Amino acid sequence: MQKIDHIEGRAIPFGAKNVDTDVIIPARWLKTITREGLGQGAFETVRAKEGNVFDDPRNAGAPILIAGDNFGCGSSREHAAWALLDMGVTAVIAPSFSDIFSGNAFKNGILTVALPQEQVDRLMEVAETDEISIDLENQTVTTPFQDRFTFEIDPFRRHCLLNGLDEIGLTLERKDAISAYEAKSADALSFLSGQQVAVPGAA
Amino acid sequence: MTENPRTLYEKIWDAHVVERRDDGTSILYIDRHLVHEVTSPQAFEALRLAGRKVRRPDLTLAVPDHNLPTTARRDDAGNRIPIEDPASAQQLAALEKNAPEFGIRYIGDADLQQGIVHVVGPEQGFSIPGATIVCGDSHTACHGGLGALAFGIGTSEVEHVLATQTLQLKRSKTMEVRVDGELAPGVTAKDVILHVIGVTGTAGGTGYVVEYRGKVFEDMSIESRLTVCNMAIEGGARAGLIAPDEKTFAFIKGRPMAPKGEDWDKALAWWKTLPTDEGAKFDKSVVIDAADIEPTVTWGTSPEDTIGITGMVPDPASFADPAKQAAAKASLEYMGLQPGTPMNEIEVENIFIGSCTNSRIEDLRAAAAVLKGRKIAPNIKWAIVVPGSGLVKMHAEEEGLDKIFTDAGLEWREPGCSACLGMNPDKVPAGERCASTSNRNFVGRQGPGARTHLVSPAMAAAAAVTGRLTDVRELGVLAEEPA
Repeated sequence: MQKIDHIEGRAIPFGAKNVDTDVIIPARWLKTITREGLGQGAFETVRAKEGNVFDDPRNAGAPILIAGDNFGCGSSREHAAWALLDMGVTAVIAPSFSDIFSGNAFKNGILTVALPQEQVDRLMEVAETDEISIDLENQTVTTPFQDRFTFEIDPFRRHCLLNGLDEIGLTLERKDAISAYEAKSADALSFLSGQQVAVPGAA
Repeated sequence: MTENPRTLYEKIWDAHVVERRDDGTSILYIDRHLVHEVTSPQAFEALRLAGRKVRRPDLTLAVPDHNLPTTARRDDAGNRIPIEDPASAQQLAALEKNAPEFGIRYIGDADLQQGIVHVVGPEQGFSIPGATIVCGDSHTACHGGLGALAFGIGTSEVEHVLATQTLQLKRSKTMEVRVDGELAPGVTAKDVILHVIGVTGTAGGTGYVVEYRGKVFEDMSIESRLTVCNMAIEGGARAGLIAPDEKTFAFIKGRPMAPKGEDWDKALAWWKTLPTDEGAKFDKSVVIDAADIEPTVTWGTSPEDTIGITGMVPDPASFADPAKQAAAKASLEYMGLQPGTPMNEIEVENIFIGSCTNSRIEDLRAAAAVLKGRKIAPNIKWAIVVPGSGLVKMHAEEEGLDKIFTDAGLEWREPGCSACLGMNPDKVPAGERCASTSNRNFVGRQGPGARTHLVSPAMAAAAAVTGRLTDVRELGVLAEEPA
């Protein structure tokens, strides 16, 4: 996975609240077996309206998206994260994120930055004209106007993003512990772990 | 009182921790993994590229559901009728190839056991109390109705579970939603959960696992509990649970993949220790009186936009939060609704009875009880009933429910996710309304421009009969209360 340290550039001032993953990428775009190319379907319903922020030429290729509360709610589709990446977005700033989306974003190297609403409002204002800078190492968001907001991030996620670590690889390093758990539960919780019944009648 | 009293969630969590790191992240063991065609192809591809295997194929079950057409899948000679949409066909083909390649049990598109993953899991006894259950689908919360810790995951997590049979997670906060009292006649599990989401909001459960407690949930059938937990995610909670009890055990016993013999006895003894201890604390608690719940519908484009059927479309100005005012205004514009319109005067042209929320036999019985001897209204253009699985379909046909539906003018389809998310050909046309038993009324969810009103199966049937959103209690044909 790509290492993340600084993200700097234009930020799309979207601002909408409760943006669900059906809005980020509608279901008709999910019929793919790869992770690429989903940017063209991103925010399709929003883009259908003239004068939307996504088609504003100033925001082409912007690495940051600013949104309202509860960003990424609804469906678990990771296509939402892939669509953002394909658009070139590698950080989303919002007052809060859905649990599943923030996990999906993290696993694809997208930084989710949660800031209080008034700071998000300020960044929305700045984004109309100027660039925004996110420093993951120091956990700050800054603007050319001396704004400096600090954000919290899970230390493990921060470590993985800064170092470009693959979570599956990290877990596989603990395979002895997993085997030990399986050995222990094979006895105590045999009904959970020893289940071997085939589906009758199924191919 | 128990020493260190714990909640149901905490007990299941503790039993599955492989190891806990100092930063609070745990490696959590996963007992059951359901796989479908839409969120798995990239996970299998990544395993192949990395040369990784599926650690526990025996704990994994694959079944296609999301984009299968709900029309016939085999011709009279038993040959596959090709899926017209090449992208859907390609996803099905990928699952048909990946499952055997990685040694995973696979239920085929035309098997009697095929259906929506969240209907198939409980039906086969694959989903059991106390288990950790995941699937690349947010409605995995559904299985919590059995007292399992079940939640949706993204494709990278699907890959993680396939490769390691674990996930790296932090323990969620706990939230109790308590509904005591008696539900009025005509008020179902769907109305309860819609009402609850209306109270808590779609973000109210973010960061929490919810346990639904109180007499209303204790009195519910298992199928009703699955309906409630199914929509936990619409309230922002990744998982929802209801304590397993004698009804749960009776539901599980004897199912094809359920524990048997000595394992059953061991399981039962453990399951009985799972309910939340007296004195256990929840981080957040919401209390609702059952008497406040009436048959509930949605008016907007978020599942929190709920109102009783006797209510009116709200005025956006009536909301205190400016962001909510703006959202309500946009919702009403999309929905083509005026504030102050009585909900029961809103005409609908489409009816969808199905989805992982409401496609089990009890749901079909409730809809059929309303439709028996009646016809759909002349303004209804499209009305379909999509059973949750081939087995549900078979049982419904044994009971003659299919005949009731088709006599009334509804179409009787093959099992799948269908018009809940419009990935297959079943879509609601732009600008038209649908009374839908599904779980999401998002913009464009049932098709671009489609306007969704979420309702219970009985309410969908009532709307089919009158051609408008209707209080099922007015029709004087309440379905038998589930046991």
